Amino acid sequence: MSSNEIKKATGFHWLRPGYLALVLGAVVVILLPLLFTSRYTTNLLILCASWGIATLGLVVVLGYTGQISLAQAAFYGLGAYAVALGTTRWGVDWWLALILGLAAAVLAGAVLGSTTLKLGGHYLAMVTICFQIIYTLINTNWIAVTGGPDGISNIKRPPFFVPLNSAQKYAWFALGALLLVAGLVWWLRDTALGRAMRAIRENELAAEALGVDTRRVKVIAFILSAVIAALGGAIYASGYLYISPDSFNFDHAVAFLAMVLVGGSESALGAILGATLLTFLPEWLRDLKRIYLVIYGCAIILVIVFMPEGLWGYVKLIGRRFARTAVLPSARGTLRVGGRGMAGEEILRVEGLVKHFGGVKAVDGVDFSVRRGEVHALIGPNGSGKTTIINLLSGLYVPSAGRIRFLGRDIVGLRPSRIAHAGMARSFQNLRLFRELSMWENVLVGAQREVGSEADTQERAVAAIEFVGASDKAHEICRNLPYGHQKLVELARALAGEPDLLLLDEPGAGLNQTEKQELVRLLKRLNDMGLTILIVEHDMSLVSSVASVATVLNFGKKIAEGTVDEVLRHHGVVEAYLGNREVALGV
Amino acid sequence: MPESLSMNGQLLFAGLAIGSVYALVALGFVMIFRATNVVNFAQGEFSMLGAYFLFMLWHGLELNYFAAILVALLIMVGVGLIFEITVYYPLRNRTFLPVIIATIGASIMFQNGALAVFGPSPEKVRPVVETTSGTGGIMLAGVFFDYQYVIILLVTVLLVGLQYLFFEYTVLGKKMQATSQDKDMARLLGIPVAFMIALTFIYSSLLGGLSGMLVAPIFFVTHKMGATLGLKAFAATICGGFGDVRGAILGGLALGVIESFGAAYISAIYKDGFSFLVLILFLLLRPQGIFGEKVAEKA
Repeated sequence: MSSNEIKKATGFHWLRPGYLALVLGAVVVILLPLLFTSRYTTNLLILCASWGIATLGLVVVLGYTGQISLAQAAFYGLGAYAVALGTTRWGVDWWLALILGLAAAVLAGAVLGSTTLKLGGHYLAMVTICFQIIYTLINTNWIAVTGGPDGISNIKRPPFFVPLNSAQKYAWFALGALLLVAGLVWWLRDTALGRAMRAIRENELAAEALGVDTRRVKVIAFILSAVIAALGGAIYASGYLYISPDSFNFDHAVAFLAMVLVGGSESALGAILGATLLTFLPEWLRDLKRIYLVIYGCAIILVIVFMPEGLWGYVKLIGRRFARTAVLPSARGTLRVGGRGMAGEEILRVEGLVKHFGGVKAVDGVDFSVRRGEVHALIGPNGSGKTTIINLLSGLYVPSAGRIRFLGRDIVGLRPSRIAHAGMARSFQNLRLFRELSMWENVLVGAQREVGSEADTQERAVAAIEFVGASDKAHEICRNLPYGHQKLVELARALAGEPDLLLLDEPGAGLNQTEKQELVRLLKRLNDMGLTILIVEHDMSLVSSVASVATVLNFGKKIAEGTVDEVLRHHGVVEAYLGNREVALGV
Repeated sequence: MPESLSMNGQLLFAGLAIGSVYALVALGFVMIFRATNVVNFAQGEFSMLGAYFLFMLWHGLELNYFAAILVALLIMVGVGLIFEITVYYPLRNRTFLPVIIATIGASIMFQNGALAVFGPSPEKVRPVVETTSGTGGIMLAGVFFDYQYVIILLVTVLLVGLQYLFFEYTVLGKKMQATSQDKDMARLLGIPVAFMIALTFIYSSLLGGLSGMLVAPIFFVTHKMGATLGLKAFAATICGGFGDVRGAILGGLALGVIESFGAAYISAIYKDGFSFLVLILFLLLRPQGIFGEKVAEKA
């Protein structure tokens, strides 16, 4: 398949609605300042553009990455104050001042972003609020630098080819910047980084296990959102020529949040829609000025309850009616699973592995090794420590003691994403799909594990989906797929990274007989292709038809190992499963 | 130096008293969090509403002060119930993010609703013990014990004690605990989960309202009073360890004291910043709080 075909198949096409929207947007940007010429409405346009830009930052951090930020007004303020102070007190060029402001935002965004590494959810909400409040306190009270509550006036406007000496010219500049940022944010969505962000939003643990460096991506998301907000602030400051701390307080952070929610947090266009609506709404509701914010609060609740996807959700519903479903093309080559190495060489060696949870010894000194090309089954009764071992191998748990060597490297203590990059992929017992992403996007995230060009990534994803035989459903949202297909997505997602070793945690659970036979067929084919598999499974007929070697666990200890037939005849194993030798032997 | 000793004693006492208000509001947070795993960002607004209701009934309708407190608490029951039905209930099956945002929406609504009704000027409410000389209190060892502060501390201790007895020794308390630990299991055992959660919200609203009425004479009553109070109480909850009652109380008291000393010795204008700075440090160094336990996510 040529790269051109891939482009078509995956929707990268100049007639894609997004590109049309950009062209349309450019027309609107040119027309608006011509249509609304009064000083008042032009100022509103500038305000709308700067707020829209700040809101686009939230699309990246909240909409894509799923991290709540209530500090957006602080970053917006950083940009505004950099330009204000730069052009009035420090006497530097506007563009240099802007760069200083953006640099400050990068720094602040990195600091705030790195707090997300340990925290999520309501803790994160709280940290960002604290950050915002501390910013406002400094902004208001450090009078020597910020001018305090009186603010700063006589801010300069930038030269941009021509001097932007009229409000109209500046409105063009501001709206143009809005369009540019919107285009970038929209483009980001379907890049490898954008997909990694959305994978984190949907399921952080799975993203990390598939090789997404979740720490890095989250910090990047915060930095991007901070920089975008700072740009919006700079444009605001030069638009109004006067700023004071009131425009950058917590209320505004909430307003930005409301804008992105009302518009639709996952879409650049939705964010602009939301920002526009909430900029102009108070002007239209002038008579209600006293209770305007009451309506505002009410609207947030109503939107959250009744329109979880915001206004954009409705636009999307209408759009879906006209959308053509792209068919996935056939793959050019097959998956290159199994890695490059000699069959039979030891690729995984576990020595004295121990994991305690409080007083419970889930895994208590286990040794085993996996050789290239074999299907190795890890079996044992419930609670024998099988899944714990899978979690230890893939780095989700850190062992209490013991060594794990994978492809000649000690991987104990490495982050799951590093281990994934070393060549290990896994599936989860309870599905951990990126539920709101399509099967195609899910598998792409898995395919990103291997570094390479976007075309290569897509090529691997196509091959993986074709391998599991789900090409016809590739563009469906995973949440809507039947269970059997969701299991296939997990498998395809793990395979798309072309791993050396595949860890499967109960791949057969919940499947019916036909689906299980199909799974056995797939696993056998994978093994024929040279892929090494470590499988945890309860269904013994499945195990005996795919696995060649088995390690048996009971109460966290290894009780037998050998070929599958051998261990299934082993007394200790029978006893472990059935509990009593007499019953087991049929005496 | 006896002078600085008594000054430090004064600071400590004031810090503990304000801290106990944070602790009261924080208890409301903990209750709702334990029952629903939701952080209610409008918790501080309950305090603001309580204070305004008291002001309205006592000053506006000229009710007896204690009768006004009772009626205001009754209104708070209604507020908690309506809040649960309109804000929490429709979102109960969604993730925490929509719920957080909805409670933020509610807090904006309450704040600005109060602003629209009562206006921006701060209102004054009388203290529980009214004396002709203004602030009543006693001097002990060079420290002035303001009655209102003493009462706040006593009420907090009393409520914490009652709450402990309620949860440990009554069937209703056990049912509420069961609900907070595992809703599905509680439902299977025949516990009316929706009702228990509604009760939790009502109780939190009462706690919030009461704390607002108690601090009303110390701070002025404004539409903004709940926001700071709520955020600091939330900070206290996190420092103490989320979902832990002891933690909420200890965290609240500690923040009160840190603030009181910070304002005196470091900087008065940045007083509000100290607790947030402490919080950020806590979150970075010990995110599980003083009493909290680290919970690993199950794969």
